[in-house]
Amino acid sequence: MLGYIARRVLVAIPTILVIITVAFFMMRAAPGGPFDLERPMPEEVRQNVLAHFGLDRPIHEQYVDYLGNLVQGDLGPSLKFRDKTVADIISEGFPVSATIGGLSILLALFLGSLLGSIAALRQNKAGDFAVMGVAMAGITIPPFVMGPILALVFGLYLGLVPTGGLDPRYGMTAERLILPVITLALPQIAIISRLMRASMIEVLRSNYIRTAYAKGLSGPVVIARHALRAAVLPLVSYLGPASAALVTGSIVIEQVFQLPGIGRQFVTAALQRDYTVVMGVVILYATLIITLNLIADLLYATLNPKVKIDA
Amino acid sequence: MINTGLSNDNVDAMETAAIKGRSLWDDALARLRRNRAAMVSFAILGLLILMVVVLPYIWPHSHETIYRDRVWLSPTWDNLHIFGTDAQGRDLFARTLVGLRMSLFVAAAATSVSLVIGITWGAAAGFLGGRIDQIMMRIVDVLYSLPFIFFVIILMVVFGRNIILIFLAIGAVEWLTMARIVRGQTIALKGMEFVEAAEAAGVSRPAIIRRHIVPNVLGPVVVYVTLTIPVVILAESFLSFLGLGVQEPETSLGRLIAAGAQDMEVAPWTLFVPSLTMMLTLFCFNFIGDGLRDAIDPKDR
Repeated sequence: MLGYIARRVLVAIPTILVIITVAFFMMRAAPGGPFDLERPMPEEVRQNVLAHFGLDRPIHEQYVDYLGNLVQGDLGPSLKFRDKTVADIISEGFPVSATIGGLSILLALFLGSLLGSIAALRQNKAGDFAVMGVAMAGITIPPFVMGPILALVFGLYLGLVPTGGLDPRYGMTAERLILPVITLALPQIAIISRLMRASMIEVLRSNYIRTAYAKGLSGPVVIARHALRAAVLPLVSYLGPASAALVTGSIVIEQVFQLPGIGRQFVTAALQRDYTVVMGVVILYATLIITLNLIADLLYATLNPKVKIDA
Repeated sequence: MINTGLSNDNVDAMETAAIKGRSLWDDALARLRRNRAAMVSFAILGLLILMVVVLPYIWPHSHETIYRDRVWLSPTWDNLHIFGTDAQGRDLFARTLVGLRMSLFVAAAATSVSLVIGITWGAAAGFLGGRIDQIMMRIVDVLYSLPFIFFVIILMVVFGRNIILIFLAIGAVEWLTMARIVRGQTIALKGMEFVEAAEAAGVSRPAIIRRHIVPNVLGPVVVYVTLTIPVVILAESFLSFLGLGVQEPETSLGRLIAAGAQDMEVAPWTLFVPSLTMMLTLFCFNFIGDGLRDAIDPKDR
């Protein structure tokens, strides 16, 4: 087990290095830099500013420097926000993104497995078709359509929740979080309930479930004690891809609901050529997704006795 | 002697059976025809494609014409603004048609890109096997775990928002699953008894590939292509929504939705019309994809 983890981490390090390298050079290949303003600054000032951030040196030196600082945990200063470091910007935005992402995946796992199980138990009956129809809608309706529509209906028409996003002054209250969380969770609820339905149907056909019924256990006990355990396994292995999907989704959600998370910071920073912020966010998310994938794989191996990890 | 006679009879019988028999594709087609959702989706999609190809040329309003006195008209029969007008007073029906055309075009192009890369990569890995196969698939595994959307966003920012780049970028992201599917099929087929049997019977290599390999790889690939198209449409809209995709004066469903989301408080139809168009299109592709999968791979039902 430990050997397996060590090997996965060993693969992850070059992966992250490749990501950093590609992102670094792609960003620098862009025409225009962070200090090309509408009203250009005097050439002398520009040179001074570039020198201050080390941007006047050959690009390979900058690259080595960046990696050196990164190893020491220094993501550098933001090029656009005078008095902020990249770490500052990320620590401002990350709690917002993490809260919404975390709540969404919990909601999606709970509702998805519940709906999927119901559909499986009512296979080819009205309940099944209803759940699968809703799931199809959840997959088909993109978050950037669902978000504005929910905001329009519940915020503007019904007045149940405040519109206009998270204001730092009020913090993350439940009523401000609910729409973003639901919007982000919906596609995942749909995917998870489809996965759950398929795996539950297969489990219910297996011999040991028939044995459990044969020895006289009641329906709910068989489902809860025997079927559910085996049926959630595919969901565990889906957690890795789900985390990537949530990261992608959060970029849109933060745009739609105007949340000050890192997804929005990333898009803004990319458009403004704020190199260091873009790099910081890419590194953070790549590490996060790779870690979550590893955790999901380990969890799967632990829960499924059929899988043996060869160390 | 008797043996030869018998086998000759058998060959005759087999030949007649082959003539009258139903191939697996006929069976699949029959199953597909029975799938009502898929057939309705085919019809709707066909109609939509016909509309976006023909209607922009005969519709009285161009998607670019600005009517300064007709800003945010709600849907009306006057002047045939049946879906209303947008913030600049442009006809929303014409814009939706052109936007859908763009979305479908990007989808077709990007899916082709992913198809070419995926099939080449997967087939090469499957045929070559061994160490090369391992390395190639390891690369796919690593790429799978990357937050690709970040790279697409950086790519769009860096190289400007041109349309060829959009479908190259999206296609280059979506080929991974295709490569896995094709590799799996290739490896499975290489060792199949019927391929061996065909070889033993002296069937030529090209004929084996044409008659036995291609039809068996084709099924899953066709299914996956139909399911990739909606993903690509979503990806393009996602970029356009963030302002990184298709640029004015061109438009796509994502751009229209983004504009609609901004104006939804005063003109909700500018959000609803492109949103519903997009949902209808995605529904069709998903139902067709599901239908094809059930038809071609019946063990999954």
